[in-house]
Amino acid sequence: MNVVNTIEQSVIQTENLQFYYGTHHALKNINLKFEEKRITALIGPSGCGKSTFLRTMNRMNDLIPGVKTEGAIWIGKENITDSSIDPVELRKKVGMVFQHASVFPFSIYENIAYGPRIHGERNKKVLDEIVEENLRAAALWDEVKDQLDQSATGLSGGQQQRLTIARTLATKPEILLMDEPTSALDPISTAKVEELIQTLKEHYTIIIVTHNMQQAARIADFTAFFLNGEVKEYGQTATIFSNPLFSETKEYIAGKFG
Amino acid sequence: MHKELSQKSDYNLQVSPISKGEYMMAKMIKETEHPLYRKSNKMRMERFGKGLTFLSVALAAAITAAILFLVFSKGLSTFIMNDGSVKDFFTGTTWNPAEVNSLGKPIIGALPFLVGSLAVTGISALLSAPLAIGAAIFMSEIAPKTGKRIMQPVIELLVGIPSVVYGFIGLTVVVPFLRDLFPGSGFGIAAGTIVLSVMILPTVTSLALDAIQAVPRSLREASLALGSTRWQMICEVVLKTAKPGLMMAVIFGMARAFGEALAVQMVIGNAAVIPHSLFEPASTLTSILTMGMGYTVMGQIENNALWSLALVLLLMSLFFTITVRMIGKGKSS
Ligand SMILES: Nc1ncnc2c1ncn2[C@@H]1O[C@H](COP(=O)(O)OP(=O)(O)OP(=O)(O)O)[C@@H](O)[C@H]1O
Ligand SMILES: [Mg+2]
Repeated sequence: MNVVNTIEQSVIQTENLQFYYGTHHALKNINLKFEEKRITALIGPSGCGKSTFLRTMNRMNDLIPGVKTEGAIWIGKENITDSSIDPVELRKKVGMVFQHASVFPFSIYENIAYGPRIHGERNKKVLDEIVEENLRAAALWDEVKDQLDQSATGLSGGQQQRLTIARTLATKPEILLMDEPTSALDPISTAKVEELIQTLKEHYTIIIVTHNMQQAARIADFTAFFLNGEVKEYGQTATIFSNPLFSETKEYIAGKFG
Repeated sequence: MHKELSQKSDYNLQVSPISKGEYMMAKMIKETEHPLYRKSNKMRMERFGKGLTFLSVALAAAITAAILFLVFSKGLSTFIMNDGSVKDFFTGTTWNPAEVNSLGKPIIGALPFLVGSLAVTGISALLSAPLAIGAAIFMSEIAPKTGKRIMQPVIELLVGIPSVVYGFIGLTVVVPFLRDLFPGSGFGIAAGTIVLSVMILPTVTSLALDAIQAVPRSLREASLALGSTRWQMICEVVLKTAKPGLMMAVIFGMARAFGEALAVQMVIGNAAVIPHSLFEPASTLTSILTMGMGYTVMGQIENNALWSLALVLLLMSLFFTITVRMIGKGKSS
């Protein structure tokens, strides 16, 4: 493993992170630092633990019975693996976008307003503003502004994915976790979502799982290569792609396995 | 395969005297059609199966049509043959089909039964819906393990209990209980409602459970990932998404309650009047129908009047079915 020390300021840092599904050791001694307001891509073959890692960061794995987490994940000064941390509060700060756009079968408006509402925002005017602001942030406003009260399930796949991004942004997270957000999308929608992700990096720290090497190369500042539950290599994307330390990294990027 | 075929053809040649040319033709056809020929055995089976299923469908449809025809023709004859007034039927409060009123029309005021049926159905739906949905939430969201291991078998058992047993329990437990607590004999809408809500509870619960479990996991995860509590997720996402299914569950329960005869008849008191309270004897369409059936003669006005009640029951159940279907359609689109 190779932690590149050019990372100066880090909001998120994992420390000897271990994760088990029952007896299955899915994450082995992960030590990673993520820099603030940067995009970090997680790549690696299927089943190597990328999603598992992402889901430890907002404690979504807590929902699965029989799992165990060891080590620490520091976000700022807090170790979020600590049992005293309230996962509900944590998830407001650490938003997540899933592979398959899971829009609620409500109106577009209600989808965005959902997060703020459950966090106590009742003022209609404020909600209106939040909806517009986040739809704009997700580059969806112009496409849907005349149909806010229509069901979100009627949108195209790409629009739905941008809607779920907007919905996540509406809870004002600091960190965005994205698990293969474009793998179910066509090239044009993918390009739009990628463009969106790049604009979001101005305000958010983004960790994105992708199977698309070009995508990682295009948008990520840093890339971590996962292999069999371990981080095999981690560094600036340009370095990882042009000059990897390990032959496995090179072969994976070249598409020789995965 | 080829050998077997030519042998067969030779055999054909032996039994039927045909010319060499014909034989060659037959052989060619047989040879080219050979794979098709083998398939046609299957096709015959398939045709047979199709025919058989078609016959069953046709039979079922014919029986349904016959029942509908019978109920409609008998039910309408009260108004057509016996000169009964439709208005009296729906607004009159006295039920005495054997007699005629001052206008010479039979006295067929079915309003008390309509009120009784609607009251027991509506109130038992109001009672059982929250209980059933609560139980379904518990089983699917709060304690799925206990739910699967204990509640599910219990519910399946409850669904299977014959309605006469529910009625009997109502008669021995609910009626005396109500008699002690409230003025009156204990028989009445309240007793009928309690028995019916318990009776439809398992059905509604298991249908509500299906509806809730059909809400995709991805939606639950999306809600939690947005920082909702589990409770917020249940109320705001799961129940909202499952709403059409939950409504269907309740309507199924109502249809069952509306059509139930035996259990209701045992506890409602069977007085052909509109009761002034929930604790006075009353009656429903079904109870008056089962009570009267044995004492009337086919073709007479008393009998026809009962068919009219049956027609109302049938139309109501049709209404329930159509409502459920429409909700289902809305859900899928
Ligand atoms: N809920 C679960 N219970 C048990 N084992 C699991 C569970 N989820 C994942 N695993 C196992 O953990 C390992 C890592 O899975 P994970 O989903 O994190 O892989 P991934 O890198 O995201 O793969 P992919 O690229 O296919 O999404 C796999 O071996 C998988 O079988
Ligand atoms: Mg994954």
